[in-house]
Amino acid sequence: MISYILRRTVAAVILLLVVTAVTFAIFFLLPRMAGQTADQLAQQYIGKSPTKADIAAVKQNLGLDQPLYVQYWHFIKGIVAGATYDLGPTTAHCNAPCFGYSFKNHVEVWPQLTSRLPVTLSLAAGAAVLWLVSGVLIGVISALKPRSFFDRTFMGVALAGVSLPMFFTGNLALLLFTFQWPIFGRTYVPFTENPAQWANTLFPAWCSLALLYSAIYARLTRSGMLETMNEDFIRTARAKGLRERKVVARHGLRAALTPIITVFGMDLGLLLGGAVITETVFSLPGIGQYAVQGITDNDLPPILGVTLLAALFVVIANLLVDLLYAAADPRVRLS
Amino acid sequence: MTELSKTGAAMGEPTSSPSNAPDAFLAVRDLKVHFPTDDGLVKSVDGLSFEVEKGKTLCIVGESGSGKSVTSLAIMGLHRLGARGKNVQMSGEIWLDGQELVSADPDEVRRLRGREMAMIFQDPLSAMHPYYTVGNQIVEAYRVHHDVNKKTARKRAVEMLDRVGIPEPDKRVDNYPHEFSGGMRQRAMIAMALVNNPELLIADEPTTALDVTVQAQILDLIRDLQKEFGSAVILITHDLGVVAEIADDVLVMYGGRCVERGTVDDVFERPQHPYTWGLLGSMPRIDRETSERLIPVKGQPPSLINVPSGCAFHPRCPYADLPKGDVTRTVRPELQPVGSGHFSACHLSPEDRTRIWTEEIAPKL
Amino acid sequence: MSETNKTEAVKVGAAAASDEREVLLRVEGLQKHFPIRKGVLQRQVGAVKAVDGIDFEVRKGETLGVVGESGCGKSTMGRVITRLQDPTGGTIHFEGKDITRLNTAGMRPLRRDIQMIFQDPYGSLNPRHTIGGIVSAPFRLQGVEPEGGVKKEVQRLLELVGLSPEHYNRYPHEFSGGQRQRIGIARALALKPKLVVADEPVSALDVSIQAQVVNLMDDLQQELGLTYVIIAHDLSVVRHVSDRIAVMYLGKIVELADRTSLYEAPMHPYTKALMSAVPVPDPKRRGAKSERILLRGDVPSPISPPSGCRFHTRCWKATEVCRTTEPPLAELRPGQRVACHHPENFEDQQPQDTVLLSVAKEAAELVPTEEAAEADGSEENPEASATDDKK
Repeated sequence: MISYILRRTVAAVILLLVVTAVTFAIFFLLPRMAGQTADQLAQQYIGKSPTKADIAAVKQNLGLDQPLYVQYWHFIKGIVAGATYDLGPTTAHCNAPCFGYSFKNHVEVWPQLTSRLPVTLSLAAGAAVLWLVSGVLIGVISALKPRSFFDRTFMGVALAGVSLPMFFTGNLALLLFTFQWPIFGRTYVPFTENPAQWANTLFPAWCSLALLYSAIYARLTRSGMLETMNEDFIRTARAKGLRERKVVARHGLRAALTPIITVFGMDLGLLLGGAVITETVFSLPGIGQYAVQGITDNDLPPILGVTLLAALFVVIANLLVDLLYAAADPRVRLS
Repeated sequence: MTELSKTGAAMGEPTSSPSNAPDAFLAVRDLKVHFPTDDGLVKSVDGLSFEVEKGKTLCIVGESGSGKSVTSLAIMGLHRLGARGKNVQMSGEIWLDGQELVSADPDEVRRLRGREMAMIFQDPLSAMHPYYTVGNQIVEAYRVHHDVNKKTARKRAVEMLDRVGIPEPDKRVDNYPHEFSGGMRQRAMIAMALVNNPELLIADEPTTALDVTVQAQILDLIRDLQKEFGSAVILITHDLGVVAEIADDVLVMYGGRCVERGTVDDVFERPQHPYTWGLLGSMPRIDRETSERLIPVKGQPPSLINVPSGCAFHPRCPYADLPKGDVTRTVRPELQPVGSGHFSACHLSPEDRTRIWTEEIAPKL
Repeated sequence: MSETNKTEAVKVGAAAASDEREVLLRVEGLQKHFPIRKGVLQRQVGAVKAVDGIDFEVRKGETLGVVGESGCGKSTMGRVITRLQDPTGGTIHFEGKDITRLNTAGMRPLRRDIQMIFQDPYGSLNPRHTIGGIVSAPFRLQGVEPEGGVKKEVQRLLELVGLSPEHYNRYPHEFSGGQRQRIGIARALALKPKLVVADEPVSALDVSIQAQVVNLMDDLQQELGLTYVIIAHDLSVVRHVSDRIAVMYLGKIVELADRTSLYEAPMHPYTKALMSAVPVPDPKRRGAKSERILLRGDVPSPISPPSGCRFHTRCWKATEVCRTTEPPLAELRPGQRVACHHPENFEDQQPQDTVLLSVAKEAAELVPTEEAAEADGSEENPEASATDDKK
């Protein structure tokens, strides 16, 4: 087991390195390959009508005049050990992990990410609880009475849930419950300040997001349960004289839920990297919104930071999922 | 046989009063189990009757689809459970120790399951939950019917594992099913089934998935435990060797019905049904060297939706033309006594049957 | 096994056979190991020795039966001799030609001569192809145009295996298990192979259908002069179909003999135990004083098989030499090769070694206890190996 964890962790670290390399390549190598010179690149970062000196300064700051492998090295070193930027008269030290500065407003990227993380985390965690509970519950009930009225109704709703885009459901929820009948708050309040307000503001966003996901989870649970309830061990459990409720909960659900762990972990990991559309629709100051801002401003460092952070979450989620799976299914532990 | 009208709907209504409860420990009377499907009504069991006494072993033989497993699940009341349980049409009577089960309240049958009657299955790997330890699963089986704490139940589980011959039971109790070998797993299944001292044990192909040497161990174990607990055993198998080894009585099923029933000596020494002859002739023998060809039953097993008219076996029966007229094609033969405690459902005359068996079949076996 | 011993054995065996038949397939020292990898670096820490050095030959027109319990390596052996898997060691000669290391292209022409029939009639036929497509696939793959066209030949084959030529355009799901197995046989016979390796060809079928398929294979052998290697766990079926039989235990052949010798007078204790465990469909035998051997426990792991004779951990005759020295597969009687220091039905090969190992002692001591227990009829430890005199 320890060897397994170790192996998975090493693999995760290697994967992260690959991600940094790919990200780096996308942001710095590809433009060069497309024929852009270092000067042009630097000019792009500054924006409109830069002076020659500005360009030279940026070029030097970014190390664009150096060979690519040196640039990558600096990039990695910045993340691991921090970096010091020579800004002409002054120098700025950016502590590890250093993702650089926004070119737009010269604010350091990492603190921005960490301050926005709780918002995204609140959104994702709340929605996850909602969709997991409702999705699994609906899935189980549907599976126990397949082709019943309940089953057909909920699977229909589920289909609608998957099909409707967040632009629609999110905006609709916002329109109805925040503007038409202002039941819910408009501006995000941190949990630490006022938990009630926090939940109140986030609730429409949670529901919209959960609608999308719970539909998927209801379908997953339903098919998993249908399959599991036909297994031989369910017959054995019944032959013991267990009550049907216990057969379903202890024997059926336990086996059917294990594969869902995998999907859930991955979904959560992805969401933590920024629920871009949801955060935009509900104006939540999260990581997704930061990314959108970076994209509209053509501000590369924030985008790069968000990309790497998202990758980190996905990789960690992947690792956790594998370990959880091994804990849940004893057959995995041996091999 | 169109008595189904009274049956399908009559789930809650007792079909007979307790006054005519049979003397036998387990008595099945005119049992029918039908499953409606999109293609039609599958008549898996269609009018089956038999009895088993305590301390005796009944073997039910037949090919896949003959209804032997469906019968065992019906006795356990397992067809009514789950998503498809509502559609099952069951009728007839199943009397276990004076209590009728077909019309009984499902929760009452549930309380009997695992305590009065227990079951072991063909593939012990898939029949045990992969996520719980063997001990855990035995403890669960015990605590359903006994109000004891986990520690006591665990002690009982270790005791049972020891009884079925698992070495170091106090350690193996914490293993998962996949950590057991096939034979050990089946032993553990038996331990789980017998943990509540049931009086009826149903074993559905308990050794089919096992190697012969392990099969011998398991059959021995079942025989020993039966002697010890004096329970009634129903063993379902397709292997006539196993039947000869362990059965007191034999029931041969074909197309959801019983075609022959009798003591093990009756069925092997004086079989009275062409299908039984077919089974005996199909079996290669380890104890004899014959260069002669096997005598297979021609054709394919019958469809349970469109069961052949008359005698269900007639399309495959080499003697279907012997009885006068087209009686084999039009009239369904009823189970008739052909000896003391020996029954056969066949249109052939007793003389024909004796002649064919002694002159044509027996010499070739 | 020493070289001289082996060649001598072959010679004697050939002479003993009533008709001296040409060797079609010769296997020497065949090994197939599956590596096990572990740890952070996935180093190979061991191997599952599925087949671990076996020698045998198959003569033209005969049926060689291979029996053994699950995990003894018989199926792996079948896949290696048909080169569906590459052997780890040893050689395979087919018609005198070394095919051990032939690559895919080199094996291509031989695929016509060596065919395989599989156990699962459901999994081995592609559900999306028609019966005609399945049975004619070998012609297409080998680029062979049979006389009178492919369709006609396929229909002839379908008739040959007892199916209707009208089944040509049907799909596998329309057929029962027995019929599917016939389709598998028709496919295997399409290119008139010389050797057919059948892995559990009837074990998934019902008894009555099983007999149909056994008879069919029998007829086809006589009609087409086929050579069979039939791998099966059912000793009754193997006795019925085979001319010679190899008994495998933990990746080794422990006994290889003609049918009569093997079943009438088995020499290897394992063969004896295996055969005594098969239930006989005759209730009278329950009363008879037939000797029954209950082996203790399970087959050991093929990852670290026992030293010396691999059966010594379960054998009631095992002595010190069994633990230390591996017995060679020697021809003790014409046509009967056995790998045992203390064979049954034959003189002891290691008579000086008489001290039983503890495991054997346990078994030997149990015999009288057993008999005493017969009286009260219940006391028996099923886990212990016992020579169980059945009541």
